[in-house]
Amino acid sequence: MKLTSWGKYPLIETTLASPANEALALAALEGGGALIGRGLGRSYGDSALNDHLVLSSLRLNFIESFDEESGVLVAGAGVSLAEILDAFVPRGWFLPVTPGTKFVSLGGAVASDVHGKDHHVAATFSRHVEWLDLWTPATGLIRCSDTENSDIFHATAGAHGLTGFILRVALRLQKIPSAFIKQKMVKTGNLDAIMDTFERYAGLPFTVAWIDCLQSGKGLGRSIFMGGSFAEKEELPARYRLRPYQPPSPKALAVPFDFPSFALNSFSVKAFNAFYYGKAPKELKKSIVSYNSFFYPLDSIHNWNRIYGRRGFTQYQFVLPKETSVFGLADILKTIAESGQGSFLAVLKLFGKQPVFDGNISFPMRGYTLALDFPITKKLFPLLDRLDAMVLECGGRHYLTKDARMSGEVLRRGYGPALGDFLAIKKRLDPEGRFVSLQARRLGLV
Amino acid sequence: MATMLILGAASDIARATALAFANDGWDLILAGRQPEILDKIATDIALRSGRRVKTAHFDALRSEEHAVFWQGAEEEVSALFCAVGLLGDQEKAQADMDQATAILQTNFTGLLPILSLAANTFEKRGRGLIIAISSVAGDRGRASNYFYGSAKAGLTAFLSGLRNRLAKKGVDVITVKPGFVATAMTADMALPIKLTATPKQVATDIVKAARKKHDVIYSRWFWRYIMLIVDHIPEKIFKKLKL
Repeated sequence: MKLTSWGKYPLIETTLASPANEALALAALEGGGALIGRGLGRSYGDSALNDHLVLSSLRLNFIESFDEESGVLVAGAGVSLAEILDAFVPRGWFLPVTPGTKFVSLGGAVASDVHGKDHHVAATFSRHVEWLDLWTPATGLIRCSDTENSDIFHATAGAHGLTGFILRVALRLQKIPSAFIKQKMVKTGNLDAIMDTFERYAGLPFTVAWIDCLQSGKGLGRSIFMGGSFAEKEELPARYRLRPYQPPSPKALAVPFDFPSFALNSFSVKAFNAFYYGKAPKELKKSIVSYNSFFYPLDSIHNWNRIYGRRGFTQYQFVLPKETSVFGLADILKTIAESGQGSFLAVLKLFGKQPVFDGNISFPMRGYTLALDFPITKKLFPLLDRLDAMVLECGGRHYLTKDARMSGEVLRRGYGPALGDFLAIKKRLDPEGRFVSLQARRLGLV
Repeated sequence: MATMLILGAASDIARATALAFANDGWDLILAGRQPEILDKIATDIALRSGRRVKTAHFDALRSEEHAVFWQGAEEEVSALFCAVGLLGDQEKAQADMDQATAILQTNFTGLLPILSLAANTFEKRGRGLIIAISSVAGDRGRASNYFYGSAKAGLTAFLSGLRNRLAKKGVDVITVKPGFVATAMTADMALPIKLTATPKQVATDIVKAARKKHDVIYSRWFWRYIMLIVDHIPEKIFKKLKL
C-alpha cells in the first residue's frame, strides 16, 4: 500500500501491519526482517516510514490502569494523547508535556521525545515517563525506566523507533485546577523584543511565540508572544466555575481536498501573516481560554496539511544554543525573508535546560527553537541546505521528527558525540540493524 | 444509573459503541465468548469513562443457555445492545453447509432467543431499549455475500416486527445498518476510503439514535441513499452486475 506521514512527503509503497494485540505484535517482531514502528503518522517526514514493513501500534490501544494517588497512567503505545485528555481532563488531570497536536500516540510521543510550551519548566515527554515496555532484538520484551535498564530507556526516548518497538507506556499525569488557561498575549516589534519577552515571562509554565518570517529590516522577528498557566477555579468566568473541567468542545473543521499547489505563495502568506498580526492587540492582553484552543489551535482543522497541496510540505525545526541565538536567529530569519519562500506558520520557543544522558539523542537543548513550514518546491531544498550550514555554525541541531531531507553529515555535526554513544547502544540492542526507517537509512544510521 | 447489556462486546464496533454509551452515562455489562479480551475492554472503558463495567460469558450459538443467562442479568438490565456478527466465508459457505449454518446462526437464528427474552421482560416492564446491528448487506442479496446478507435480512425483518409489536408498550427497538466500517472483520478487504467509516463514527451514530429514539439508522448516513439506489435497480440489470 501507499503510505506517507503528515508532511505528505515522501509517499512510498510499503506494507503496513496493525497487530490486534500484544501477542500478535510480538509474533510480528520475532518474525525477522527489517521494520519500523509507527503510531498516528504525525511525524512530518520519513522517520516512521520503511519500504519493507511498517508496524503500527494503533490497535495496542487499551488503557490498563490509573493510580489516582500518583497520577500514573499505564496504557498501550497506540493510545493517543487526545484519548487521554478525553478521559482524564474531566477528572482534573492533564498531560505533563504536550506537543502542538494531541493526535499523536503514546509510543510516538516517546519515540520523538516530544516537547511542548512548558519545555523550560518540564523538559521533554520522557522525563515524565515512569517506565516503558519495549521489544528489542537482543533483549526481547524488556521494561526500562530512569532506574531500570536506564541506558536502554535513555537511548529509546527520542530515537524514532530505532532501538525497538514500544508496546506500553506508564506516564505521570499532572493535576490541574481547571481545564482553562489564563492566557497573556503580547505583540512584539522585533527579535530583541520577543527575546526580552520570553525572559520576562519565564515564570509562566507555558510560553511560545508566533513569528512573522517575511519581515526584514526594522520589523525582523516581529512576533506575537503567548504565555499561559492553568486558571484557578475562582478565576474562571461564572458560567464555567461550576464545571471547571468541562470546557466547551472545539468546533471541528476539515480541509476537504488538497489545495492546488499555487494556493500558497509569498503573497497569500504575507496576507495571512498581516491578518494574523493585525488581529493581535498591541499591548498585553489577558484572557481565559479552553485548553484546546491554547494547546491545539490547529487540531480543530482536520487535515490542515492539505492546504499545501499534493506535493506536500516539510517542516524545518532547529534549536540554537542560547549564546548564539541572537545573531544566529537574525541571520537565519533574514535569509528566509530574502528567499521569499514564506512559511505559513513559524513558531519560536525558548527551551530550558534539557537533562543529558549517555546515548540519548532527544532534540532539545537550552536555547531558541524555531519551527517553520515550507511547501515543497524546486527552490526549497537549496535554501534548506544553506540554513543547515547556518544552524551548524551556531552550534545548533535539527529535529528528526520534522525532517525528510537532511544529510547524515548535518545530523552528525549537530548531535556530536551523543550520536556515537546512541549508535553503540543501538548496535547492542539491534545487532542486525532490523529497526530501520527511510530516515535512518538516508542519514546513514544503519 | 441504568445498565446496558452488550452482546458480542469484543468487536471493534461494539467496543467503540460501549465507550460512547459509558460516556453518555450508562453502566455496562460486556458479554461475549472471549473473557480475556472482554476484561481488557472493560478495564479500559471503566478507566476512560468512570462508569461501572462488568463482563459476562455469552455464546450466541448456545441458544439453550440463553434463558439462564438472561435470568441472571434481567433485573439490572434496562437496555440490550446486540453486536454479535460473523461475516464468514461466502465461497466456503456455498459448498459447506456447516459454514453456511454458522453464518445464519451467528447473525440471525442464534440471536432470536436472547432478543425474545429481553423483549418479553421489557414489554412486561413497560419500558426498555433494544438495539441490534444488522447490515446494509441485508437490504439486497449480492453474489459476494448472500449468506451473510440473507441472515442480516432476516434479522432486519425480525427487528422490524419486534418494533411493531413493542411500539405501544414503551419499548424502543433500533435497527443499525452499517455500511463499510474499518474493523477486524473487514481488515482483509480493500474498502473505498471515502465510504468507509471508523468504529467511532458508527458508535456516535448509534448513541445519537438511542437518544433520539430513531427506528432504523444507516451508518454513515449516506448509505440510506446508496441503498435506496441499489434497491431500485431492476433485477434484470442487477443480476448481471458484478457485486
